[in-house]
Amino acid sequence: MNNASGERRGALPSGVSHFGEMGVRLREHDYLADEGLSTAIFLSLKLGRPLFLEGEAGVGKTEVAKVLSRILDTPLIRLQCYEGIDVYQAVYEWDYARQLLHIRAAEAFGGEDRERVERDLYDREFLVSRPLLQALEHRGPMPPVLLIDEVDRSDDEFEAFLLEILSDFAVTIPELGTIMAERPPVAILTSNRTREVHDALKRRCLYHYIEHPSFEREVEIVRLRVPDAEENLARQVAAATEKMRTMDLYKPPGVAETLDWTEALVALGARELDEQIVEATLGSVLKYREDQQRAANAGLAALVSGVGGAGRDA
Amino acid sequence: MLDAAVAFGRVLRGAGLRVGTDRLVEFARAIEEMDPSRRDDVYWSGRITLTSRPEDIEVYDRAFELFWETGGGAKARPRPKVSLSVPQPDRSVMPPKKTVEKNESGEEAVRLRYSPVEVLRRKDFALYSPEEFAELQRLLADLRLSGALRRSRRLEPAPRGRNDPRRTLRGAMRTGGEAVRHRFRKARVQPRRVVLLCDVSGSMAPYSRALLRFLHASVVAGGRLEAFSIGTRLTRITRELTTRDPDRALRQTAGAVQDISGGTRLGDAIKEFVDRWGQRGMARGAVVVIFSDGWDRGDVSVLAEQMQRLGRLAYRIVWVNPLKASPGYKPLAGGMAAALPHVDVFLSGHNFESLEELARAVAAATERGG
Repeated sequence: MNNASGERRGALPSGVSHFGEMGVRLREHDYLADEGLSTAIFLSLKLGRPLFLEGEAGVGKTEVAKVLSRILDTPLIRLQCYEGIDVYQAVYEWDYARQLLHIRAAEAFGGEDRERVERDLYDREFLVSRPLLQALEHRGPMPPVLLIDEVDRSDDEFEAFLLEILSDFAVTIPELGTIMAERPPVAILTSNRTREVHDALKRRCLYHYIEHPSFEREVEIVRLRVPDAEENLARQVAAATEKMRTMDLYKPPGVAETLDWTEALVALGARELDEQIVEATLGSVLKYREDQQRAANAGLAALVSGVGGAGRDA
Repeated sequence: MLDAAVAFGRVLRGAGLRVGTDRLVEFARAIEEMDPSRRDDVYWSGRITLTSRPEDIEVYDRAFELFWETGGGAKARPRPKVSLSVPQPDRSVMPPKKTVEKNESGEEAVRLRYSPVEVLRRKDFALYSPEEFAELQRLLADLRLSGALRRSRRLEPAPRGRNDPRRTLRGAMRTGGEAVRHRFRKARVQPRRVVLLCDVSGSMAPYSRALLRFLHASVVAGGRLEAFSIGTRLTRITRELTTRDPDRALRQTAGAVQDISGGTRLGDAIKEFVDRWGQRGMARGAVVVIFSDGWDRGDVSVLAEQMQRLGRLAYRIVWVNPLKASPGYKPLAGGMAAALPHVDVFLSGHNFESLEELARAVAAATERGG
């Protein structure tokens, strides 16, 4: 409490005082962010606000949290949301089996004082902490990174609860009292927009929509993440996926698919794309039968031949 | 800086973004961390703090362009004169003026200022007078659109089911640590999501107007509903329908839908829905209601393919077509014929009674190929 509250909120890595430096730091840890995303991450850390990330599947939303935990050298605590998730799976649960044993033991050894037994029963040692509580209880030089993944899959009740946690960074356990974070965790929320998340929750957060990367950036990403891929192959792959994104597919490939595909190609020893190898590896980039069909109809040769970056890069 | 932020906020609000004071303060704080003289810094600080949906971004971009580039960034202009609001078509969900006038001068409409409820229930919406629409509002108050039940993964206390250690232990405390009575929980039952795709082309106007009122009543009552208008393009109107005052909600909806009374490209619109919303989860396990006369100006094979796709995602598809009520109608026209094999329930929806039927169908939605 001796720090000014403003200082306590932020969690910028040392040496970063500008969004540009944030971008450099991200890149050092193998994540290429454009200006918008670097700014969003910078501001989120600086202002101590949760960051809400949306975008097509596979554009690297979850990756942001992972790379931040590496940069800040702090644990990544991940809460995967799903339908029906509730406080007992997200925050804490009492260890019932041990509690029952405890009661039995107290009885067997003649523990008469019922009130004391009951008090002991709700001691911290019987509490199993789930991701959100872990994030609040974390002690260390840097707050942890809390990834709340796919918020849109949870339901309204849970959203309301998240709103509370993200406002106060504290949780009240009736039997135990209020547990408060020493410093607010670096919170990253992601959504695939299967459902519109409530405005109130979004208002607590900074917001950024991640687009597919430009051609040149995607080539760079591939080079960075799959170092074994040769420059030429990286360019061909990026060009081909860029083309696929304009093909009106059910699931246009994201960066994650581009990387999967490149890895598959490298594993097969490919040094450049040709029709046969594209056909053999198409399943690692297009995951609907209809999409594969569509790509085949458009001609796999067209995917191979083209040069990317059509109008997307200045 | 705050002045400029507030003035900018006003422009954004005028353009339809929900920008609260808390957001503006955040924006001002963000700018302080950036370089206020650099255009990109201001742009990103604003976008990150003031938008919250992809749709906001386009609006934001336009507002930013206008405001900051007309000198708003350098010194705040208190009264931005530029009007940025989404173009408001003067034809709204209300029937076009012509029709109303014709109705009022027409012999029938003048006499039938107020029909008894039973008559109203069976009367075709296309023949409704404005007064009758008001009356319809009252009738709709009792009718709700609520999806068929499904099992949720959320658990609730129940006499039988899975063990509930939390409550069992609580009970055990009272009996000296002996879990005399075991408690249980089981999955809660929950209504499925209902997704409505409403054709707003010209010929459908009186019907979509009634249906939107119906929908509005259900949304306000807190149902799990999503609504889209389909025409030459797809527009999500759920948000507009959450306003409590039905007339205002309908005006807003009309504002949001830019293609009212345009032509319909059904297949393309449904494809857009499945691409952008349905496949990601909105249509999964949902009851999808399509409200359209089935006239597709686009390619019919697209519609067939997309209906099949939608059928794989949705729990049930209900198609409501007011033409079905007209004597001798056969669903042979291109679009309707192509869609029908993938439709589970086919209804008319031309009057109040058939809306009741729709509510029942959506709640039950059990019979395949009905």
